[in-house]
Order: sequence, then C-alpha cells, then structure tokens
Amino acid sequence: MIGWALDFATAAVGLAMLLCVWRLLRGPEATDRVLALDTMYVNVVALVVLLGIRQGSDLFFEAALLIALLGFAGTVALARYLSRGDIIE
Amino acid sequence: METLQQLHGAWQAVIALALVVGGVFALVGAIGMLRFPDFYMRLHAPTKATTLGIGGVLVASLCVNWSRGGFGLHELLITLFLFVTAPVSANLLAKAALHLRVPSRAGDAPPTDDRG
Repeated sequence: MIGWALDFATAAVGLAMLLCVWRLLRGPEATDRVLALDTMYVNVVALVVLLGIRQGSDLFFEAALLIALLGFAGTVALARYLSRGDIIE
Repeated sequence: METLQQLHGAWQAVIALALVVGGVFALVGAIGMLRFPDFYMRLHAPTKATTLGIGGVLVASLCVNWSRGGFGLHELLITLFLFVTAPVSANLLAKAALHLRVPSRAGDAPPTDDRG
C-alpha cells in the first residue's frame, strides 16, 4: 500500500512539473513564466522529500531546504526585476 | 522501502493517505495554473493547491520520521518556510503584474502608484 502511494505521489508531482514546463514555455506574460518557475521549485522540493522517504535518508531534507530557500530568493528577485527594472538599488 | 513495509498498519495507512492527498493537490495546482484564463486567476492555483500538496507530502515524511522515533525538525522547518514564503512571492508577483498592466478578465488594472 505505501509503495503504491509513494509511486502515485511521485508520478503526480512529476506530471505537475511537466504541466509547469508547458506554462513556462507558453507564457504568454513574463509573470506567467515566473509563476511557473515558482511552482516548479515547490514541486522539486516535494520530489526531493519523496525521494528522501523512499531512500530513508536524512540528507535529502537539507537539499530540499536549500532548494526552497534559493527558489524563494529567485522568485523575489525576478518579481522585483519585473516591477522595478532593477534588483538591488 | 523495506523498513517502510514493516511499520504498523495504522502508520502505513496515515502515510499513504497523506502521500495520495499531497500528490492530488500538487497535480490540481498545476492543472489550475495551466487552465485558468488570465494571470490573476492562474496565481491562485499554485499558491493554494500546490502549497497544500507539498504540505501533504511533508506530513507523510513527518509521520515516517515519528514512526522511527525521530523529531522531524527538518520537515517542520521546510513546512514553516514554504507556508511563510508562498504568499509573499504570490503578492510580489501580483504587484509586478499590476505594474506591467497584465490584462485581466475583470477589466483594466487600476492605475498604480510606483511604490512597487
């Protein structure tokens, strides 16, 4: 049962990432692409956590935390760039 | 995987349920982002559904850690961080879209002041 649930969750998150790639390529606005990137990094965190459950290792959670931190910084920088034209004044 | 199969049946049921709920919500968030007609509607799907989806996956991971006698500090940290930062990034993106005058089905965006 738990193996099936792990497989299902991994497949669902992977499919969600593919849909994000579609939105990333299609646009139509720059903000749509940034939103797709933002959703993709949240999904990557979920995938890494799922891999950690599967392997039974604690190392993956450090990686997930790092991805979450850097993804948030990237989204903030891109949104600031879109709304102001520069990132650091 | 083998150690997961040896867990008590109730733990296994809770973990499997959280995993399935998390996967479904992550998928629903991505479908919403793909299918909604304008940017301001598309902003809703990832910020709510996907956050809940990763919440489900992290609850499952927390249960795995607790069933082994751990505390699960890493999962709690990731959950806290993602739940705090998702609304902030959505707010910044909405402000950027208003500034760029991204078209909305609700009519034109109101004139913005340039405080960003």
